[in-house]
Amino acid sequence: MPGDVRFVERPEAESSYVRAISQGLGITVRHFLRPDKPTQQYPDEKWELAPRWRGTHRMAVHEDGRAKCVGCGLCPTVCPVNCIKLIPAEDENGERYAAVYEIDEFRCIFCGFCQEVCPVEAIHLGVHYENAEYTRERWVYDLARLCENDHPVTALWDPADPSSE
Amino acid sequence: MEAISGTAFVVATIVKTLVFFVILLLGVALTTYMERKVAGFMQDRSGPNRVGPLGILQVMADGLKFILKEEVTPEAAHKRFFLLAPVLALFPATVLFGVIPLGSPLPTPWGRVDMIVADVPIGFLYVLGIASLAVYGVVMAGWSSNSKYSFLGGLRGSAQMISYEIGLAMSLVPVLMLAGNVEMPVLVSMQQSFAAGPGTYGVWFIFPLLLSGFFFLVSGLAETNRVPFDLPEAEAEIVGGYHTEYSSMKFGMFFLGEYFHLITTGALISVFFLGGWDIPFWRGDNIRVLADGTVIGDPAWWKTLLTMGAFTVKTTLLVVFFMFIRWTIPRFRYDQLMDLGWKVFLPALMLYIMLTAVAVFVLDRAQIVGPAFAGALFGLNLLLMLIFLYLLDRGRLVRGATAKTRAATATEGD
Repeated sequence: MPGDVRFVERPEAESSYVRAISQGLGITVRHFLRPDKPTQQYPDEKWELAPRWRGTHRMAVHEDGRAKCVGCGLCPTVCPVNCIKLIPAEDENGERYAAVYEIDEFRCIFCGFCQEVCPVEAIHLGVHYENAEYTRERWVYDLARLCENDHPVTALWDPADPSSE
Repeated sequence: MEAISGTAFVVATIVKTLVFFVILLLGVALTTYMERKVAGFMQDRSGPNRVGPLGILQVMADGLKFILKEEVTPEAAHKRFFLLAPVLALFPATVLFGVIPLGSPLPTPWGRVDMIVADVPIGFLYVLGIASLAVYGVVMAGWSSNSKYSFLGGLRGSAQMISYEIGLAMSLVPVLMLAGNVEMPVLVSMQQSFAAGPGTYGVWFIFPLLLSGFFFLVSGLAETNRVPFDLPEAEAEIVGGYHTEYSSMKFGMFFLGEYFHLITTGALISVFFLGGWDIPFWRGDNIRVLADGTVIGDPAWWKTLLTMGAFTVKTTLLVVFFMFIRWTIPRFRYDQLMDLGWKVFLPALMLYIMLTAVAVFVLDRAQIVGPAFAGALFGLNLLLMLIFLYLLDRGRLVRGATAKTRAATATEGD
């Protein structure tokens, strides 16, 4: 026999095909008769998300429908992956607003810094996750889409209530 | 009541053929669904449940998918045989169903209709003959694909099926000894519960021929190429097996063939060992048709329906049992498979046949008949079963590769 063949000792006298089969059948039958399945019927049943779940962004709006964003530029600055594009502008009353505000949800890592840094509580992360799209372009959310989103906003961590209870 | 004859016979046979075939096709479709459901439940999943109520329409979706998929025929394939193979895989299991008695005779205004498509006098010899043809589908598919993987799968399949046909046929020899007849309806009438009179035993053959039933069950599993005997298919070694090159509905036919085989094997076991359409613990369905045409017992349409139901239940339970086996037991290695067939089953069956013959002879001489005869044989079978399982247990007969290799090395003197 070529080379060194190492024989693995198998407990042949102790292991038994017949008994192993019976035991195996016992296990499968027990599972077969188990009424509760851990499977979650996903589109019908959904996870209850935590209030601090960080998902799809939404922009808070004034009562007249304008975005609350004042174009201060803090969120693109703080964003670690550079996924926010903001071009600020000023209207005739001297109020600043975002002329262009886009978030690339593909690049976003959902750290939530933009929400934390926003001085007017305009941009928020949302308790929401189902955002599949057919094209990559659709993943770049413009201001109108961000304003349209109406899912609950992510709760920020509260130092007074560290475990969020 | 007279058996149906003339034009009415032809009409009845055509109707029976159509009805039974449709029932069988529906059964096969539902079996594929059931397999996925059973597998799911055993693995704590829910199985298909999106298409239709409880996912029952999954069957239609699967069928539609098979038909709509692109059909690819390999350039180098032997076209004629490549086309023929799926047909041959499907055909034996289908025609086998024709000789299986499905229920008690149905009385009609035109005469008695036996619930069997073809009551062939050669009975289960026909079954064995046709079952042997199943191997052609496998070997032809493997060869005509002109692919080495398919070919290896085909070879494995044919070797396995031929080996276990011996077990299948030999495990029916004790049945023949007890019945003295190969006709399927006669086999059923002999097993009817509490039936008295000459040529009856009053119990299902599983009791007096327990070991025979066990061998038939295992050989039947091997014949259907299902786990733990699914060596013809092996993703890891030979890509897919004999149907690697098949696509679309041609693959679907192999797939359906497996389930046809499954149902037919279940039905055969019910007929040979579980009393066929007999309803246990009930004398009302003890309807026998003697060779000269006289009918014992009184047939009725509702009895026909009940007995067909009983037969369906038995077959379904066996099919579910096969599924449990499939999703529980890991497969054999190929040499173990061959060892089990040739070195364990063949000698064990020969010995068993001899012992049964002696027992039948002795019991006949002692003039023990009917249930007492069956009881005595049952005792003998229990004993033999225990001895067989004891020997099979703990690696006494089927051994691991380690022991074998070590033995071989020792003889080489190294």
